[in-house]
Amino acid sequence: MTYPAATIVFLVLIAAVIVLGFSAGRWKAGDMSHIEEWGLGGRRFGTWISWFLIGGDIYTAYTFIAIPALMFGAGAIGFFAVPYTIVCYPILYLVFPKLWRIAQRHGYITGPEFVRGRYGNRWLALAIGVTGIVATMPYIALQLVGMQTVIGALGLPGHIPLITAFAVLAAFTYTSGLRAPAMISVVKDLLIYVTVIAAIIIIPAELGGFAAIFAKVNPAKLLLATPPAGSLGAYSGYATLALGSAMALFLYPHATTGILSASGPRVIRRNAVLLPAYSIMLSLLALLGFMAVAAGVAGNPVYAAGFKHYGPSFAVPALILASFPAWFAGIAFGAIAIGALVPAAIMAIASANIFIRDIFSQFVGKRAAGRETFIAKVFAIFMIIGAVGFILFIPLTYAVQLQLLGGMWIIQTFPAIALSVFTRFFNGWALLAGWAVGIGTATWLAALNHFAGAIYPFHILGVTLPSYIAFATVLLNAAIAALLSLPLNALASDRARDETSAADYA
Amino acid sequence: MRLLLLLVFVIALAVPVFNRATPALFGFPFFYWYQIAAIPISSVLVFLVFRAEDRDEP
Repeated sequence: MTYPAATIVFLVLIAAVIVLGFSAGRWKAGDMSHIEEWGLGGRRFGTWISWFLIGGDIYTAYTFIAIPALMFGAGAIGFFAVPYTIVCYPILYLVFPKLWRIAQRHGYITGPEFVRGRYGNRWLALAIGVTGIVATMPYIALQLVGMQTVIGALGLPGHIPLITAFAVLAAFTYTSGLRAPAMISVVKDLLIYVTVIAAIIIIPAELGGFAAIFAKVNPAKLLLATPPAGSLGAYSGYATLALGSAMALFLYPHATTGILSASGPRVIRRNAVLLPAYSIMLSLLALLGFMAVAAGVAGNPVYAAGFKHYGPSFAVPALILASFPAWFAGIAFGAIAIGALVPAAIMAIASANIFIRDIFSQFVGKRAAGRETFIAKVFAIFMIIGAVGFILFIPLTYAVQLQLLGGMWIIQTFPAIALSVFTRFFNGWALLAGWAVGIGTATWLAALNHFAGAIYPFHILGVTLPSYIAFATVLLNAAIAALLSLPLNALASDRARDETSAADYA
Repeated sequence: MRLLLLLVFVIALAVPVFNRATPALFGFPFFYWYQIAAIPISSVLVFLVFRAEDRDEP
């Protein structure tokens, strides 16, 4: 144990959260054998619980480690997280209150279920559902990395603490369902806010103020590079990265689950106003990357082993250890670790909801009704074990690359889910074709980047237009879906198979 | 009213406008304080739309 005081505080916090996770099942208790109770908390979370839950869901441990690490390594481009978490809220406001109402009226608990109801096409829903599960797997794995980094920073040995933490996660996910992360997210967020506020006051004071911190950053990394002639350069790269990420965000199954568990459309709209409070916290957290530069932690021999093992991801843990008393470092690390457990639980539950409703009950056992919740619970545990295996047996770079691809894949469900809330212009098979082209092109372009970069320089009419691959390919996807819908609607319309009614969308 | 939501995208994605170091504020280069300031401003814009459209429902 390198830091006994920090480790003790850390372990006490984790233990408290585990107790909370197991007792959560009894809170506003419903019939836990029903999937809407286990997998959606009974659709009864009010404005504040939804605020904590969705906040815990989308501002994850991976975000807290990866965004400052990007700032630390690459500079200004890492700040795209700020416009990203600004423009996602108008999208939340416009699309998801409508989706909530439709889902509640028809008993849908997943995005793909809405698509199946809308188009009467279980193959399209399968494609959307599998995309969600596949995009979620590396995301859970990266939550573990966030946790592994702080466990490593505390000097705890080997994989045992990580496996223990996730075994417990699997157990309370099984017993308490979505109520567990909902309750834990309240604790997590209080700890995170305390950490960030302390960091933003104490560290700049130690380093001589913000002007001094920015002055220590390499000037070439302080701003985006001015684009060369004939190119939109970093400008379009930055803007499309923010916009594409925002379009993809709420399509992730865990985000949809967080939203659908709200008690009504008004709760979601209110949260589109209130959730940006987390974005302010994220913007300050991002700046920890620059503080780590200014504090010179990378050159400090005490942290050399950590940087060697975890790369730039070690910037924030090293900064915290260097700047705070040990007991407070324990609180900060506890916050990050709990920040991994909350989204990991929601991701496992959301994937399980999709598995039972859009895959198993549609293609395997049609009369699964009585066993529905049990099968979902088992699948959730399977997802958690898979994520642990991912981290233990597969090189970390693959998880990072798959997460990068995951974002490009999940955005391909935008036409089928988000646009279908507004229009029934599309044909189900046309959407499936657009989805396939989008997935294929995005994967191919990412391969051209050697799965290392998210931005591809497109050359259009003599102008270089660097764009986030996800953003460019979802435009192609929507264009193909629209073009194919024209003849398909005329020749083989599937409009009669829409089980939703116009009143659902009012 | 919903045009205010469009304004959020314009404010947050106008990269050429805010990719500059000056004027600095409290030691923050313009690029950073502009985007941080855009967060509460956008939240207010969404709130104005919410208030105009708010209905009596859960």
